Amino acid sequence: MSMPTLPKPIFRSVIGLVLVAGLAACSGAARVQPTGINDPHEQSNRKVHAFNKKLAGSGNGGGIAKAVPVEFQTVIHNISENLSMPQVAVNSVLQGDVPGFTLASTRFLVNSVLGMGGIIDAASEFKVPEHDTDFGETLYVWGVGEGPYYELPVIGPSTRRDVAGKVVDLFTNPLSYRLESPDSYVAPVTGFADRVFKNSRRSEVISDVLDGSADSYAQARLIYLQKRRYELSQRTGAPAVYDDPYAQ
Amino acid sequence: MMIPMPSKIDRRLFVGGVVSLAFARPAAALTQGDATAFIKRLIADIYKVIDAGGSEPAMIRQFEALFGRYADVEIMAQYALGVDGRSASAAQKSAFSAAFGSYIAQKYGKRFRQFIGGRIEVEGARKIKPGFEIKTTAYLKGENPIEVIFLVSDKSGELQFFNMFLEGVNLLLTERSEIGSMLDRRGGDLTETTQDLKNAG
Repeated sequence: MSMPTLPKPIFRSVIGLVLVAGLAACSGAARVQPTGINDPHEQSNRKVHAFNKKLAGSGNGGGIAKAVPVEFQTVIHNISENLSMPQVAVNSVLQGDVPGFTLASTRFLVNSVLGMGGIIDAASEFKVPEHDTDFGETLYVWGVGEGPYYELPVIGPSTRRDVAGKVVDLFTNPLSYRLESPDSYVAPVTGFADRVFKNSRRSEVISDVLDGSADSYAQARLIYLQKRRYELSQRTGAPAVYDDPYAQ
Repeated sequence: MMIPMPSKIDRRLFVGGVVSLAFARPAAALTQGDATAFIKRLIADIYKVIDAGGSEPAMIRQFEALFGRYADVEIMAQYALGVDGRSASAAQKSAFSAAFGSYIAQKYGKRFRQFIGGRIEVEGARKIKPGFEIKTTAYLKGENPIEVIFLVSDKSGELQFFNMFLEGVNLLLTERSEIGSMLDRRGGDLTETTQDLKNAG
């Protein structure tokens, strides 16, 4: 199984996008939620998809999630989520989202102190709602367009805007600058483990889409774009407009 | 082809037609309360099947029956088929519609295990073009709550749902893309695609 190489333009366009993002934020560009599919790199994306599909097939079909005690998976999830809160707080500020900033900071403080470093989700016991965001959403709030669709090796479906967000998030976790060498690995390691467990728990659904579909590439692309656009438009609160099949 | 026109409309046939039309249509306009109660009944019936806990094939058969009763399978199948349905014969369309109904019931019914020990709560209703949007939240064990939206209408003559959204993922749109891929694989042959659909799900 050879590792597919990402098309070069993606790197150049990601760097360019982050640079212009700051400018876009100043100009207060309008948020646009596209509805169609913009996939000019379909050919190379399909190669990456074939690789990802092989990778998913080589997993042992949810065996990891079944072998590891649920309690341990929950602890890993709690720690990973808690360590992501400073970054969520920073992104909330960048989005001008004060309630989001308050939630993320409160959760981080409560879970770090009362939840013994995030092992226990004490904040949820106190009914502090969960809050999650990323730099991809910050770019959306700043008015950066979605850009073309990409399927990334291992990570899966994304868009140019979300790739840029992931790259920035990777290097801007405030914790990694505060912590000394071994501790600074806790966040990425638990984050990765949490992802592995989650994928394993969902392996049935994932393999349903990948193996049960006539064109799993097209299905994964459509499902990702709909889900991500829905997540992003949740904040704007605009009521959805639906197709009326009776009128067609 | 010339069709001979009857010189007089058969009065009994005419009256019968008007009467049956009147009964087929709902007596009053669909209200928010009707639409909400309808979805609550659907959720209760789904959980009745899950809680009874029969064998998987038996449960899937029951889901299929529920889907046939609560969903407007015909309009859903027609939408999923898209423009490719225009050239299809009536027989092809109804065969496709039947296969589509059991395909959906099987594909989504297979996920029932995720719902064991969980619950679905109705959050609210909103008027939309052909009826109502009913917003619900599914609380599943060990998962974050999932937003599930049902679109209901009485345009078919009875109250039925015609689309579903799971966390923003449009069931009809997603299936239209899937059916499109299946048709492409068969060079656009609807009869073969219907056969494939029977084996899928």
